[in-house]
Amino acid sequence: MAMNGNGQHLDASSLPVKEFDGIIIGGGGSGLMSSLQLAQSGMNTAVISKVFPTRSHTVSAQGGITCAIASADPNDDWRWHMYDTVKGSDFIGDQDSIEYMCQEGPATVFELENMGLPFSRTEEGKIYQRAFGGQSKDYGKGGQAERTCAAADRTGHALLHTLYQANVKAGTNFLSEWFAVDLVLNSHDQVTGVIAFEIESGEPYFLKAKATVLATGGAGRIYKSTTNALINTGDGTGMALRAGLAVQDMEMWQFHPTGIHGAGTLVTEGCRGEGGYLINKDGERFMERYAPNAKDLASRDVVARSMMLEIIEGRGCGPEADHCFLKLDHLGADLLHKRLPGITELSKTFAHIDPAEHPIPVVPTCHYAMGGIPTNVNGQVITQKSDGSDSIVQGLYAAGEAACVSVHGGNRLGGNSLLDLVVFGRSAGLHIEDSFKQGIDIQDPSKDDINKALKNINRVNTSSKGENSSVIKKELQEIMQMSFGVFRSAKNMESGIKVLNEIRERAENLHLADKSSRFNTARVEALELLNLLEVAEATAISANERKESRGAHSRDDYPERDDENWLKHSIYFKDSKEVTKRDVNFRPKIVQAFQPFARTY
Amino acid sequence: MNTIAVEQISTLKMSIYRYDPDSGKKPYMQEINVDIPKDKDIMVLDALHLAKEQDPSISFRRSCREGVCGSDGMNINGKNGLGCITPLSEVVKKNKLEIRPLPGLPVVKDLIVDMTQFVDQYKKIRPYLISDKEDNGKEIPQTIEDRDKLDGLYECILCGCCSTACPSFWWNPDKFLGPAALLQAYRFISDSRDTAREERLDQLEDAFSVFRCHGIMNCVSVCPKGLNPTKAINEIKKMLVKRAL
Repeated sequence: MAMNGNGQHLDASSLPVKEFDGIIIGGGGSGLMSSLQLAQSGMNTAVISKVFPTRSHTVSAQGGITCAIASADPNDDWRWHMYDTVKGSDFIGDQDSIEYMCQEGPATVFELENMGLPFSRTEEGKIYQRAFGGQSKDYGKGGQAERTCAAADRTGHALLHTLYQANVKAGTNFLSEWFAVDLVLNSHDQVTGVIAFEIESGEPYFLKAKATVLATGGAGRIYKSTTNALINTGDGTGMALRAGLAVQDMEMWQFHPTGIHGAGTLVTEGCRGEGGYLINKDGERFMERYAPNAKDLASRDVVARSMMLEIIEGRGCGPEADHCFLKLDHLGADLLHKRLPGITELSKTFAHIDPAEHPIPVVPTCHYAMGGIPTNVNGQVITQKSDGSDSIVQGLYAAGEAACVSVHGGNRLGGNSLLDLVVFGRSAGLHIEDSFKQGIDIQDPSKDDINKALKNINRVNTSSKGENSSVIKKELQEIMQMSFGVFRSAKNMESGIKVLNEIRERAENLHLADKSSRFNTARVEALELLNLLEVAEATAISANERKESRGAHSRDDYPERDDENWLKHSIYFKDSKEVTKRDVNFRPKIVQAFQPFARTY
Repeated sequence: MNTIAVEQISTLKMSIYRYDPDSGKKPYMQEINVDIPKDKDIMVLDALHLAKEQDPSISFRRSCREGVCGSDGMNINGKNGLGCITPLSEVVKKNKLEIRPLPGLPVVKDLIVDMTQFVDQYKKIRPYLISDKEDNGKEIPQTIEDRDKLDGLYECILCGCCSTACPSFWWNPDKFLGPAALLQAYRFISDSRDTAREERLDQLEDAFSVFRCHGIMNCVSVCPKGLNPTKAINEIKKMLVKRAL
């Protein structure tokens, strides 16, 4: 049997094959929603996940899942949620996708509840909903809405465990602690499966499938300071780019206003939804100046920029004046205990303060990728042909944070990521099921096709000199933090791109000193670095190319939104390192499209 | 910008359990010194990362690094806990930090244990809501008081710290379900929406599944989430006894 150890060169002729109808790469919320759909349909599917599924980053989501279930307000309407989401996206969210998500949402949330998700409750025994940023009633005219369904401040944990449990019930086949290396494409550019290895034994396989779902989550680890788990290394995005596919809107990174200063761990926006607010060193509630109506519940890009301006203008808190404070003590210990127990725990552990008594030191921290692998509403991956038209990649799907179905556009609203991953995890599953019924024609790959997908891991496995991946990773994270943060400029970004070029050369010549087979985490980390590198470079080049300020992308040298030239998605390819444009969808099926207007809160 | 002045550094003596069955070598403790900042109380997981920078072959699981994913359960100076939320100040004694894998489960490599037994016991209790109510496209109503009954139960992160600290689990890992699985059994028994309470109790009604718990309470003292499996187990025992009378 082909082993992954001892510097051995892997070859298609000796590589064992496992065959499935469908494989799902990633065991977080979107992956488990897809797999549930497929397991219930009786297809021969497997979830491959580099960690045991409940270790996936969905578990860290806190505040909730935004959805117009009309619990807090019986008149709530998914169209209002759609309006907020379109506005929040700074108008480059695809309106067909946003409409689908907001309309499908309620049924999906009720289904999760029926599966057992322990939502907090209202006096009437309904699902509890809290206020989150960027939410309004009546298309922005009816004041703040309360639309985020919550299980205390542990909604992601409750959701992920519930989905895992539902998959246990449905008998889903898990390949737990397997690492996916690269997609295998045949000569017709159809995806035929993936090269992966079982981490425990180190044994590599070709996992062959007629449908492959990339549900690999985010890549926040390209930055030095991030709320993301250590496993969020953009593996699916890296695989897609190496396979020659497009990625979309990679410059759009959300900086969450309230990461704990120093530690980077998340403090939910739900804190502000429950009545908390931000203050500067003078104790001033400064969001009143920047967003007179929504104040602390303006959308995240707006709040993050306001905080950075306070810090830059010398009104930051602490001895280095490098953060702000999130004040919660006025809410009282009872409310904190009931609604925000998790952040109370995290504040004590990572900021050494009790939020019932002292404000939490917070700073905008990399949190979420709005961009990713472009897909349609059915989760089918889209790439761009040389004439600029869309084409569907046969056999490949993506969902959740790895994907860019583009419901978030330039800026995601809080609570919309959990909704995105369950709605589009499901829709990918549904489409695969339908396609199977109709019959899928995917041709087998040749040995050369498989060997092409083994190139990367072979390079790592047979490396004999060079640097350790952890050294290179640190430098990559530093330069991304320095040059592609909340505020950007050409000068800074161009010098960042130069450094990334050098880092690429070093990363492509990295040295894996430990060639052992069994649970070799050094091998996993080396391969993860190569994925981080692809994501970082796509981010850097796309950011430098988008010559305007929109959503989370804010440039000192182009401070205005430019609808004439940039009411567009950016598309990036690894080989050419070029950025092209793609039309934003303004064709929802039921409602009339929302046209761009100046975005204020 | 990352360099730390020498006077701000102290040296921590780490002793880490190493074992790779493929190597043919017996398990051993690797002594490794790491430089840690004096002014910051870093976590055990941070110290492990510093050790791994020196020796990349050291293997351990980690993911969220904030105590919610349950990956990095390990035995730290003799006590089970999560590396990522255990500050050195809480556990380091005489400048020494000894880290071993969770006890009682087979070691895959270094600090990584085989969790199969643990997960199998979890699956045995049917860890999912069973409801005979018809789906009406809405939520199943639940009062605030009924929902409160799930607090202290649903928050389990399946890290395994409790079950692998439990002597009853060490002795009968196949027959005694262990504190983690039983906590989840009670989570579903307590859920007002679940309609399979009696079947769930039937399944637990034997000499081993629940009754092998002797109230030693190691599970309570190690749970990194502050949960109380012993209490849950006692509640199940009470229900079973009450039924039998």
